[in-house]
Amino acid sequence: MSKVRIDIVDRREFLVIGGAAAATLAALSSGALAKADPADAEALLNELTKGAKPTEGKVKLEMPEIAENGATVPLKVTVDSPMTEQDYCKSVTIIATKNPVAHICNFEFTPDSGKAWVSNRIRMAKTQEVWALAQMSDGSFRIGKTTVKVTIGGCGG
Amino acid sequence: MSKARVKVPKKAKKGEIITIKTLVKHKMQRATKDKKTGEPIPRNIIHTFEAAFNGKTFLKGNWDTGVSANPYCAFTLRVQESGEYTFTWKDDKGETYTANAKIEVA
Amino acid sequence: MGGLAGKGMLAVFGAGALALAATGWMAAGTPEAQAKSKYEVDGKKSGYLYSTPETQAMQDDDFMNQGMLWVERGQKLWSQVEGAAGKSCQSCHGDVEKMRGAYTTYPKYDPKTKKLINIEQRINRCRTEQMKAKAWKWESDELLSMTTLIGYVSRDLPMNVKIDGPAKPFFEKGKAFYYQRRGQLDMACKHCHIDNPGKFIRADLLSEGRAGGAFPLYRLKWQKLGSMHRRFRGCNRQVRSEPYKAGSDEYVNVELYIKWRSNGLPVEVPAVRR
Repeated sequence: MSKVRIDIVDRREFLVIGGAAAATLAALSSGALAKADPADAEALLNELTKGAKPTEGKVKLEMPEIAENGATVPLKVTVDSPMTEQDYCKSVTIIATKNPVAHICNFEFTPDSGKAWVSNRIRMAKTQEVWALAQMSDGSFRIGKTTVKVTIGGCGG
Repeated sequence: MSKARVKVPKKAKKGEIITIKTLVKHKMQRATKDKKTGEPIPRNIIHTFEAAFNGKTFLKGNWDTGVSANPYCAFTLRVQESGEYTFTWKDDKGETYTANAKIEVA
Repeated sequence: MGGLAGKGMLAVFGAGALALAATGWMAAGTPEAQAKSKYEVDGKKSGYLYSTPETQAMQDDDFMNQGMLWVERGQKLWSQVEGAAGKSCQSCHGDVEKMRGAYTTYPKYDPKTKKLINIEQRINRCRTEQMKAKAWKWESDELLSMTTLIGYVSRDLPMNVKIDGPAKPFFEKGKAFYYQRRGQLDMACKHCHIDNPGKFIRADLLSEGRAGGAFPLYRLKWQKLGSMHRRFRGCNRQVRSEPYKAGSDEYVNVELYIKWRSNGLPVEVPAVRR
């Protein structure tokens, strides 16, 4: 049995098989998702900021450029803040722009936190931009954004 | 205690900012249907996480279905005195998981 | 890297022996770091080296590694008395650390059944024969936890399965399975893992399939821990073939073949993979 048959698949046949299988996979994975509407993310953002426009910067959202699997994507967020009683970051909300549920998680900090830093893992339905919205103790908002490619694996997907 | 793991430094200097790592075993089940029977499966996720030191909450997490199963969460704390941490996770079924740890501050 | 997903799209299913896109993108850090890595032995590379730095980081730190939750459960189960004999694992074996090394030698020939026995089956035999308790179901949290614990206490030891003597015919069957084309896509294990490691299959970087020291592992896709046989079932399904049952003779035989391919590589249970 150690001899193996290796056939060169005819290109047309190859495309047909590949295409059909890929389509099936795509249907399967999309079937698992409810909806994914970027408008939800905007709406959530507006609700949280009560219409105020968050300033970009001072929020560092670190995620892999390419996620090996969307089910478990590591995330680190750091808000540049002295974290004193007078001046601290009150909360950070992680928002997905193309997940079925835009609100992923929120963390409420206190000056005791020492740093406005948190690390966890999130689910991502597809390639999308992720936002980290920080609310500062003076009521202002800051936002950091990053884009993560969620790959459709050959055998991981 | 059985479902959670936490890592905290046992000793620290006053005013030091320490890093805490936590893990809890939980499916973070989204509301869905059973693939075979079609029966609805209700959502059961950990929606609230709290980290307290000597009884005072210093970090709170409000989580949704986008948090991965078996949630890992790391964060910091500025310690001023010796004491005990309490970590609490609460899920949709009303279960509460807790973990405790102590730290000595010199 | 932008075009990967698109380029790979078609590659995956026709991939058998051809049409795989560019070679290794990131293969884990600098070449120097890789060379020093304990995960490469005699030119054999663990799947660890085919993971992204983020995934590696999850495995490297026991407090970031979600698989450790199962190790802890296993530790509790180790001393839990069950069954009519009133015993726990500990009653016969003492501390679990004494099992260090056991993981590296399974599957092995079992004179009693005259075929191979793997770790999961060995655990269940202890339960049914020594403890007079019920066997744990395959892929149950309990069986995964105990298997993971047994792997964990052998961490960093080199895999060392025997393929000679009475194990030989089963090894040969396992090897034949590995080289046997199957399924609608007509692909064998070897097409990916012997012919094409380091290349992309769609967006996944193919490993050498030397996963002998890795399972049970925490798979990001599963969002839980899983057995090697669960992975086999997944692989078999991917090539559109009917998977065998977990714990079947076919899978235990091919498990021996894969573990032999991993001989010398360290035990990394619970590993973390995509």
